[in-house]
Amino acid sequence: MGDASDRSSAEPLEFREVTKRYPGNAEPAVDGLSLKLPAGEICVLVGPSGCGKTTAMRMVNRMIDITSGDILLGGRSVKQRQPDELRRNIGYVIQQIGLFPHRTIADNIATVPALLGWKKDRIATRVDELLELVGLDPHEMRDRFPAQLSGGQRQRVGVARALAVDPPVMLMDEPFGAIDPINRERLQNEFLRLQAELRKTIVFVTHDIDEAIKMGDRIAVMQVGGRLAQYAPPAELLTAPATPFVEDFVGADRALKRLALQRVRDIDLWSVATCRAGEPTAAARARLTDADLDIPMLVDGERRPLGWLSERGLTGERVRPELRSPAEPIVELDDILRDALSDLLARESMYGPVVDAGGHLVGALSIQAISHAIGSAGSEVRSAAERVAGDAGESAGQE
Amino acid sequence: MSGAPLIAQGGFVRDRAGESSCVADNGFCLDWISKNLDRYQTPFLEHVYLVVVSVAIGFVIAVALGLLAHRRRWLIGPLTGVTGALYTVPSIAMFFLLQPLLGRGNAPAIVGLAIYTQVIIFRNVITGLAGVPKEMVDAAAGMGMTPNQRLFKVEVPLALPEILAGLRIASATTVGLAAFAALAGAGGLGQQLIVSSLIVFKSNVVVAGGLVTLLAAALDLVVLGIQRLLTPWRRAVLA
Ligand SMILES: Nc1ncnc2c1ncn2[C@@H]1O[C@H](COP(=O)(O)OP(=O)(O)OP(=O)(O)O)[C@@H](O)[C@H]1O
Ligand SMILES: [Mg+2]
Repeated sequence: MGDASDRSSAEPLEFREVTKRYPGNAEPAVDGLSLKLPAGEICVLVGPSGCGKTTAMRMVNRMIDITSGDILLGGRSVKQRQPDELRRNIGYVIQQIGLFPHRTIADNIATVPALLGWKKDRIATRVDELLELVGLDPHEMRDRFPAQLSGGQRQRVGVARALAVDPPVMLMDEPFGAIDPINRERLQNEFLRLQAELRKTIVFVTHDIDEAIKMGDRIAVMQVGGRLAQYAPPAELLTAPATPFVEDFVGADRALKRLALQRVRDIDLWSVATCRAGEPTAAARARLTDADLDIPMLVDGERRPLGWLSERGLTGERVRPELRSPAEPIVELDDILRDALSDLLARESMYGPVVDAGGHLVGALSIQAISHAIGSAGSEVRSAAERVAGDAGESAGQE
Repeated sequence: MSGAPLIAQGGFVRDRAGESSCVADNGFCLDWISKNLDRYQTPFLEHVYLVVVSVAIGFVIAVALGLLAHRRRWLIGPLTGVTGALYTVPSIAMFFLLQPLLGRGNAPAIVGLAIYTQVIIFRNVITGLAGVPKEMVDAAAGMGMTPNQRLFKVEVPLALPEILAGLRIASATTVGLAAFAALAGAGGLGQQLIVSSLIVFKSNVVVAGGLVTLLAAALDLVVLGIQRLLTPWRRAVLA
């Protein structure tokens, strides 16, 4: 089946004054939670252990009953829907992944389609399609059992299984929690790339603020007692934490964390005077007066940076290729700002040349410009999926 | 207990007394065994029948009780108590006690044997189901399986190794206990063993006893084979 034709569009999700009291507990686990999530966005519920994240998430598919208030999915109360029918239309990924060890990978992925009574060949086609979508080889994986997969592969199968009937909404409870940091980073990026394509409405639970900032279009910070402390996009959370609790929770390095949300192209670069070997010195000097940086960059015929020109290079009639220092570190427009800053610091350099995907010089990134960007709250910040979607183009450009 | 009717039924020693000095000396007589092996065929088949039928019936009942108790947790205590108490009834008493109700023959034997399987299989069903990781059940529910679908598509398959382990122990136990079914008039290898235990003819004890052991081992292999067939995933490991 072509999934474009029967793809269900994402639906908006809204919590309205949702409260959950477990019998016997004095404090509510979730207390009057209200938030709106537009269709196709990732909302991360984040907060310390026991603050009610899992409880809030599980009320969406009625795994936990709502004590008071309501949750609307696509404008319809979840309370008015049959729990089993509701759950089949909501993707569900839990921390332990919960793959059934006695079923093959194909059968695991086919769980919900089988419950819905899909025909065999439709299921088989869909399973292969999903395995490819999450980057696994269908021929190799289909007939294996979960025990024969690595943790990361199982995680991908878990996501494929949740996506099987293309549900408009997905619930993910610490989906990358049990995975080592290196693979977690990879899976996060892969997932964001997938989301850039699929645009599901996703409720994502984590207790890790860095993961929240990375994955969320919006972040709901909760505190113990099930109260919402702040609901905002990542950049706003970092620049304007609403309460001391949020400020403390996002951490003292929130200015640095903000750098992870921006790319080099998002901030004002310094202009750089370029010169070519053999051209008249006068022309080069003229260009230098207009530039932000008082050192010219020697470039080749295609504006590719060769190195910073030394004073002596400009003493003759024509520019001589005498360098004071190499063109390092070279920063790309699509680099994450945090990584670019790290490069500058590693080379003990105050600035570095910036090139576009073709390697042509477009300006210079300086530590000064970065600190200016950190200070200004208004500078552009991209959505989680867009930020990673750019990575694909970047790596394609390098090949 | 009077020995006379039993000797009349299967008195090997008296019949064959004149044939060899080995038999007369009550030795271990290969010669006698090879000549008389066919005498064991009917009792052996009777024994197999008793074991297979009673274990099958017992298994179905115990699994049904186990599934019921898994749903209605309060039943676990009483059912464990009752099946456990029945298991402690001495087998000789059990087969005599059932006769007033069921007469003599296969009926009391099969009922008695099936009762003995309950405690083992029931307990293994309960522990097997309790041992299913709760995130499996959670994932199943979260994907929209109904309680019955959860039970039969997830919980029972995952509890199967434990349940079949119970079946193996129950089968082995029943093969042994079925020897006493002769007391209920159901025949089987017990007929031979009980006769010989009265007369103490060693060759007979060795053959009948050996067949019982062999049957226990064979049944164990059959159930093991079924288990391997039904749970291929347990042998799957990361290459
Ligand atoms: N079934 C339950 N019965 C009673 N209390 C519960 C139950 N489930 C959770 N709670 C309580 O509700 C509160 C919120 O629990 P919840 O699991 O939602 O927290 P969480 O934010 O997901 O925590 P974690 O990060 O540790 O997973 C906790 O105080 C917890 O003890
Ligand atoms: Mg939790």
